[in-house]
Amino acid sequence: MKLKGQEAVLDDLDWQILQQLQENAKQTYAQIGGKLKVAHSTVFERIQKMEEFGLIKKYEAVVDPEKLGLQKITAHLGITTDPKEAEDIAKKLSGFDQVLEVSASFSEELIVLAKVVARDQAELHSFIARSIAPLPGVLRIRTAIVTKKYKDDRFNPFWDRKRLNSRKTK
Amino acid sequence: MFGRFEGFSVMVASPSQVLRSVNREEAFYFFTSIGNYTGESASSLEEFLQKVKDIDVKSLEFHLFREDFEKWIAQTLGDKKLPDEILILRNQKITGNALRDRLYFMVSRRLKELKSTVPATR
Repeated sequence: MKLKGQEAVLDDLDWQILQQLQENAKQTYAQIGGKLKVAHSTVFERIQKMEEFGLIKKYEAVVDPEKLGLQKITAHLGITTDPKEAEDIAKKLSGFDQVLEVSASFSEELIVLAKVVARDQAELHSFIARSIAPLPGVLRIRTAIVTKKYKDDRFNPFWDRKRLNSRKTK
Repeated sequence: MFGRFEGFSVMVASPSQVLRSVNREEAFYFFTSIGNYTGESASSLEEFLQKVKDIDVKSLEFHLFREDFEKWIAQTLGDKKLPDEILILRNQKITGNALRDRLYFMVSRRLKELKSTVPATR
């Protein structure tokens, strides 16, 4: 890994190590080295550099809450806000445990987007009515309850690598 | 003074208490379906009446079906009489603008009644 300004430039081996970690972060350096046919010490050094730079942010267990009976429904909320209050609304939403993601989008109106989980529709509605609608600056809320999930991947940096490679070959 | 309404306890308040304005957390928020907030809310019975006049009728149907009006008026404002009347409306399964008209009539009548018992303030 080399640095170009504030950005990291990865070589093929770095990319392959990242791919291995994204597939299974519990693999040992030796296991990854064995698959990529390099020494485990090389794998260790490469990973350490990426961790120190913050390119690898963290390793985490992805828990399936449905297996614990904790989550039955997921909803995506589009909250139209008064632009002056949007920042505060986003911060307050981020403080709720049942809110998994918060982001903002500005097209014609400033909309705060939130992914919310709940046990059932009654709990979801109660949370939105009691905790979100009363926040100052909330102008409107549109809620879409997820009925079927087609893909649930984390951010995959490799789509961009393909784009970079295709640029190189042009 | 406590009464019972549809399985939940109701503290019956004095007319002036029923007519008061409540804070943001206790206000009534109008939705058209689960999680879909219209942006309209009411902090008092007076304001509730004004909203009934103009709000999307889908919102009135949604909240009537869920018993939200009865719960808010009984549990938050503390009125027992109006929820009993709304209960009849719900049982009659009235929808559309007929629902709006009947609800508006009921609330305005109760509002007048409550106001008539409260001494006018200067």
